[in-house]
Amino acid sequence: MEPFRRVEGIICPLDRSDVDTDQIIPKQFLKRVERTGFGQFLFWDWRGEEGFSLDRPEYAGAPILVTGRNFGCGSSREHAPWALEDAGFRAVIAPSFADIFSNNCTKIGMVPVTLPEEDIREIMREATENPGCTAAVDLERKVVVTPGGREIPFEFDEVVRERLLNGWDDIALTLAHEDEITRYEAERERPGPVTTALTSLPGA
Amino acid sequence: MAGKTLFRKVWDAHEVRAADSGGPAILFVDLHLVHEVTSPQAFDGLRLAGRRVRRPDRTMSTVDHNVPTIGREKGITDDLSRAQVEALERNCKEFGIPLFSIRSNRQGIVHVIGPELGVTQPGMTIVCGDSHTSTHGAFGALAFGIGTSEVEHVLATQTLTQAMPKTMRINIDGETGLGVGAKDLILGTIGQIGVSGAQGYVIEYAGSAIRALSMEGRMTVCNMSIEGGGRAGMIAPDDTTYAWLEGRPAVPGDFQAAVEQWRTLPSDPGAVFDREVHVDAASLEPQVTWGTTPGMVAPISGRVPTPEQYDDAADRDGVRRALDYMGLKGGEAMEDIAIDTVFIGSCTNARLSDLRDAATVLRGKRVAPGIRAMVVPGSMQVKAQAEAEGLDRVFADAGFEWRDAGCSMCLAMNDDVLQPGERCASTSNRNFEGRQGKGGRTHLVSPPMAAAAAVAGHLVDVRSFDLDAAPAGVA
Repeated sequence: MEPFRRVEGIICPLDRSDVDTDQIIPKQFLKRVERTGFGQFLFWDWRGEEGFSLDRPEYAGAPILVTGRNFGCGSSREHAPWALEDAGFRAVIAPSFADIFSNNCTKIGMVPVTLPEEDIREIMREATENPGCTAAVDLERKVVVTPGGREIPFEFDEVVRERLLNGWDDIALTLAHEDEITRYEAERERPGPVTTALTSLPGA
Repeated sequence: MAGKTLFRKVWDAHEVRAADSGGPAILFVDLHLVHEVTSPQAFDGLRLAGRRVRRPDRTMSTVDHNVPTIGREKGITDDLSRAQVEALERNCKEFGIPLFSIRSNRQGIVHVIGPELGVTQPGMTIVCGDSHTSTHGAFGALAFGIGTSEVEHVLATQTLTQAMPKTMRINIDGETGLGVGAKDLILGTIGQIGVSGAQGYVIEYAGSAIRALSMEGRMTVCNMSIEGGGRAGMIAPDDTTYAWLEGRPAVPGDFQAAVEQWRTLPSDPGAVFDREVHVDAASLEPQVTWGTTPGMVAPISGRVPTPEQYDDAADRDGVRRALDYMGLKGGEAMEDIAIDTVFIGSCTNARLSDLRDAATVLRGKRVAPGIRAMVVPGSMQVKAQAEAEGLDRVFADAGFEWRDAGCSMCLAMNDDVLQPGERCASTSNRNFEGRQGKGGRTHLVSPPMAAAAAVAGHLVDVRSFDLDAAPAGVA
């Protein structure tokens, strides 16, 4: 995973609340078995709507998205952050995120930043009124730098932040505790159910 | 010292390692459910890193999201769908994971077959690359959806790293009226708390209305926890739970000893929750969604709201956009909304009791002219049981299509899709824009309400049907 320290660039506004993962990446694209190439399908059904921000050339190449509350609600599909990542986004700023989406983002090195609603309104206004203006998300210092140059501090889980700053592989980190997993299995694991026994069921 | 919550008891029993400055908590996963859509990239990741599946005996898979529900003898004709299903078959074979394939008569929606087989048990941790994994919480398990990176993490380590969520108890008390069931309880609850009301929380549902529910009803409630933003939803196990589980293939051999163990799980008296919510079940009517989030919901006797009724500017914008998408002006009586499609299915409402409830409304009736109606049982076992009871004849005689098991039109990944502008009364869980097909319009309802809408040709109060004469089972 690529380390995330600071990302600076164009900030693209998407002024909608409760944007669900079906909008971010519609289901017909989930049949692919690859991990990459989902960016072309990002917000597929909203493309071409009059004034849709992601269609506008001023926002092309934006690494930061600013949007409304409860972003990423609905399905657990990691294809949603994959599509954002593949389209060039590295950070999303919103008043709140759906839990699974937020978690999925940090697993691939994308940073979901939660800011108070009034700060979001300010950034949204700046990004809308000056299309193509830039902002920064600094995970090292835990601040967002608005297009107007104001620094807004944000909270972030310290353990996750450490992992993102260093680009560490989550599985490797856990496997460093493999002896503890083995001990749990030997001493505390509950008995059953043993799924491999089920394939002998009639009709299975 | 304050008592422990059900959630905390399950969490503590699975903590391989507690959170500290050196890392997050590591939780052991008792059961990992796998399906074709969110797993292929995880298996690729394993291969790339040269890792194995740590515990195939704690892993189970089936195909559900992407499979046809008709004409299976022809195989899967869609090339991409077939490739994805075949990829799962190859991966399961390579890593030794049991698979209930499209040819198995135990195939079905992953959240239906887990409980059906009895692999879902009280006190377990259960994860799956699907947000409706919360369904299994109905048994007093801690069950939640994860992304593909976490699927790979669980395959490789049989654990997950987790931040400790907050706890919320939703107390649903009071006696529900005839024609008001589990779906109405959860839709009414989401209407009350909002679609992000439980964000950051694990919910425990409690109260007399929850205790009175069947296991199927409890699964319906827990299933939609994610629609209220909850990380998971749980219900303390009780005699209803144990009676439902007894005799299923995967339950413990010494069942009574297991039950004694499970009886220690319910939240202790005096356990403290971070938030308490109260819902009055007695005041709830059958619920219907009118918009594009599950929180945009109203009683069937109500009217579609107008944007002006909302104080918050973001709410007004959202409602305006939703009404525009739904082809509604605002102010219409819910019962005046005509529909052209009815879908009875999904992990929310496609279990045997759901089909019985719908059939009770349909017996001796026909769907209205021009209505396309289908039933997609949650599993091939549900289908077989329903056929043994003759429910398939009731549906067919009423003019419903009787399909094979899968997720089908809930998310419309297979061929079961709404056309632009089509309007569907659906027993599924999401009414998002395009969820059932681009431009399709979804009204979420209970199975009896879906059946009633099919007969009437528009949304209608199922209580106006002659339910008193109906056999027991109508929720």
